[in-house]
Amino acid sequence: MAEMAVKKRRPKNLDLPTIRLPLPGILSIIHRISGAALFLLLPFLLWLLQSSLASPESYAGARAVVSHPLAKIVLLGLIWFYMHHFCAGIRYLLLDLHKGIELEAARLSSKIVFAVSIALTLIIGAKVLW
Amino acid sequence: MVNRILVGAHYGLKDWIIQRATAIVMAVYTLLFLVVVGAVGPDSFEAWRAVFANGFMKFATFLFLVSVFYHAWIGIRDIWMDYVKPDGLRLLLMIATATVLVGYAGWAFQILWRI
Repeated sequence: MAEMAVKKRRPKNLDLPTIRLPLPGILSIIHRISGAALFLLLPFLLWLLQSSLASPESYAGARAVVSHPLAKIVLLGLIWFYMHHFCAGIRYLLLDLHKGIELEAARLSSKIVFAVSIALTLIIGAKVLW
Repeated sequence: MVNRILVGAHYGLKDWIIQRATAIVMAVYTLLFLVVVGAVGPDSFEAWRAVFANGFMKFATFLFLVSVFYHAWIGIRDIWMDYVKPDGLRLLLMIATATVLVGYAGWAFQILWRI
């Protein structure tokens, strides 16, 4: 059975610029990109945690770094990536439980993920960064 | 040549479960962290440090970070498997990923238990 499935030729289109990705597909690729970006920023985040906890001097240094306008933009992007990955991840957990797998429900839930993750990013960004 | 079927039930099931278990740990910690920081409102070094000096928060933070590292291992490995086809390069990238993540776990332990 499995071998038959592998041998069967299926039509495939991998010409990326011609693919019109629906919203759940956009959500999915941002889930991947945000995960990769969060992984790449791990050393910076660990350094920030270390500095903020080690001594009053290093704490002040960490605060100075995060209050730089450029760092604030990076951190706001990071918060959005985290919140998107978080909300989209919860959506995937629900899909695993067969909740919302119909087309309409899946489209609606991806809209909710974008709305909630952007709202949370703005709220947290406003509280922590500005 | 070995005729092994690499698809079908249970192939990769363990990682699939771990990816979701670590996701749940991280989601719960995220909510806990937002509630604790929201309630304490640490705006000084002493207050911020006190949050992580608490035994429970220290343990929960470490559990969260270990979950992050394991979750990242599965996710990044999947990215290498999807996009990097040459076996040698793929293996090299996987080893590099695993190595830095183990290093981060040691670093995280050091950060938290120095408090």
